[in-house]
Amino acid sequence: MNSVVKYFSRRRTWSIPYVIFLAIFVVVPLILIMVYAFQSKSGGFSLENFERFINQPEAANTFIYSIGIALITTIICIILGYPAAYILSRIRLSTARVVVMLFILPMWINVLVRTLATVALFDFLRLPLGEGALIFGMVYNFLPFMVYPIYNVMQKMDHSLIEAAEDLGATPRQVFTRVVFPLSMPGVVSGIMMVFMPTISTFAISELLTMNNIKLFGTTIQENINNGMWHYGAALSLIMLIIIGITSLFTDSSSEDGTNEGLL
Amino acid sequence: MVKSNYIIELTNITKTFPDKVVLDDVSLSVKKGEFLTILGPSGCGKTTLLRLLAGFNSATKGEIKIGGEVMTDTPPHLRPVNTVFQRYALFPNYNVYDNIAFGLKLQKVDKKEIEQRVHRALKMVGMTDYEHRDVQSLSGGQQQRVAIARAIVNRPQVLLLDEPLAALDLKMRKDMQMELKEMHRSLGITFVYVTHDQEEALTLSDTIVVMNEGKIQQIGSPTDIYNEPCNAFVADFIGESNILNATMVRDRLVRFMDKEFECIDEGFGENTPVDVVIRPEDVYIIRNAEAAMFHGKVRSCIFKGVHYEMFVETPDGYEIMIQDYNSFEVGSEVGIMIKPADIHVMHKERTENHVEGKMLDATHVEILGESFECLEHEGIVAGDDVDVAFDFDAVELTDDSEDGISWGTIRFILYKGDRYHLTVRTDENENVYVDTHDVWEDLDEVGIKIAPEALRLTKK
Repeated sequence: MNSVVKYFSRRRTWSIPYVIFLAIFVVVPLILIMVYAFQSKSGGFSLENFERFINQPEAANTFIYSIGIALITTIICIILGYPAAYILSRIRLSTARVVVMLFILPMWINVLVRTLATVALFDFLRLPLGEGALIFGMVYNFLPFMVYPIYNVMQKMDHSLIEAAEDLGATPRQVFTRVVFPLSMPGVVSGIMMVFMPTISTFAISELLTMNNIKLFGTTIQENINNGMWHYGAALSLIMLIIIGITSLFTDSSSEDGTNEGLL
Repeated sequence: MVKSNYIIELTNITKTFPDKVVLDDVSLSVKKGEFLTILGPSGCGKTTLLRLLAGFNSATKGEIKIGGEVMTDTPPHLRPVNTVFQRYALFPNYNVYDNIAFGLKLQKVDKKEIEQRVHRALKMVGMTDYEHRDVQSLSGGQQQRVAIARAIVNRPQVLLLDEPLAALDLKMRKDMQMELKEMHRSLGITFVYVTHDQEEALTLSDTIVVMNEGKIQQIGSPTDIYNEPCNAFVADFIGESNILNATMVRDRLVRFMDKEFECIDEGFGENTPVDVVIRPEDVYIIRNAEAAMFHGKVRSCIFKGVHYEMFVETPDGYEIMIQDYNSFEVGSEVGIMIKPADIHVMHKERTENHVEGKMLDATHVEILGESFECLEHEGIVAGDDVDVAFDFDAVELTDDSEDGISWGTIRFILYKGDRYHLTVRTDENENVYVDTHDVWEDLDEVGIKIAPEALRLTKK
């Protein structure tokens, strides 16, 4: 009896359900992707899926196009989000909380519902769906993920640093370029990670907002898997995973002070 | 135009924040090259005063002149002052060298000269060889040295220091005090130093400004402030002291502890209520109780390193603190002597409470935000604005939550030998002064009760 109580009161015991969940739904699928990606249709080890990716311009082009769209989305999010976060961090905390809430509020609604609403809005305004609508939809969906981490870092910034810079003769502009901006970089890096990576693999937004006219890499993967091309689909997934892995390595090393404060 | 030898001139500075007055009509002049310390308990407005000088806050009223020029509304980056912050405020994204060079680079100083000046500043604070270190890898003391170097490298006319040593341990603090004093001597610039540590202020300063509740209490040299405190607050805040209620019988004769003493003060008038201050080291304690001015019983005796600190209680119930190199046994009868020159007589700031009120009906007056019962006064009717006076000992404090009493917080406690003199700040931000024998603690929440017959009303 006593040993049972002891067993259940250990902290490690309580992590078992999650570890099982993690193993079944994260680790096993990753292994499966690896296995499938390096298999030919007949089942033996081969690199033919990767050769096909390199030789077939269609998939490779979609991939490059997706990265382009993700980059544009990220840049627009920074341009819109950074000033917003900066202003938010300078106003009274109680007011800022309300505004941040307004930023987060759309996140409570499912992404598909929001995107369908965007489609309806474009129809209503008689705006054409397509590339412009796609970028609008992406920015609309991912902007909060850029604002929040930057706001978080800036809000925690020691105000006496800004005063110290002013005191040493920095004009308001120099205070920004020499102190505020460099110190807000961890937030920007987190924001990029939260926006860039998911936008590469998104497919629902692109399908809905371009009437399936523009294909993103996520769509390509989904189509292949839907059509039973499991091996090729797995290889494409793996390529995407590696690219995302590389970007996250890059962003990790640029925020090496170990400040992950910006992360949600 | 004659150039004044004051580098800073503050005239009638008032600063109010939405809910309170932080600085109340403060005027102050600082001489060129002086080491001036602003001393006071936390919340007295000293840091706000420094921030007004640096330009981080702007004054609600009044004028600030720095180096002869009006700078009341000049932004911080255009003022010829530099600040050393309490929590260092070093830029974590730059190393030691770049932190110190920050100001010089903004002034577009020649690269070679920057290098020389940064080296000299580092040498001055004893941090040579640290220039390429990451500031976050430095200890608190080292960070503060870098912060000082970062300020002095710009050769400001005035160096502002906001409790720069408060975060350091005692030993480090003592060392840094000596170094700051030395730095002040060799740089020849004006230092304005803010602290709540009276010992630090006495050690470092040429001039001390004692502040409390947003007002300057006294300005003077350390010896002046220590030997001739101008009121009970200053006497209590600077060093240890016995503060007693007294009556000035006539010139050179003062009565306290139910006895008359010769003193050297004049000009207080006859039979005037005053406070006297006697420093514990100025009280002589002898074994022969008969030959002394008065006698008492030793209540406690604690060794304090250099001297013994004793409390002696007189037969009339007064308690006196005494410091002496000899120890006297607890319980023994001792004699006490005080030299006339060691009795410091001070004006009382007030002898009774004064508040403004409004009559609610014939027997109720609204004061301190509540309705208090009072006696009927001839010619005063409901709706009249009145002045209400009551004695310090007419106020009864309670921690019971009852109806019809006002609430406040104890802000300041002064021991007066046989009683406590408390300053109670009510929720309406009015001060009530209370004499009591009960022991309360700082920041205690108390209810205020006043007997109806104690309220003296006069129509305005």
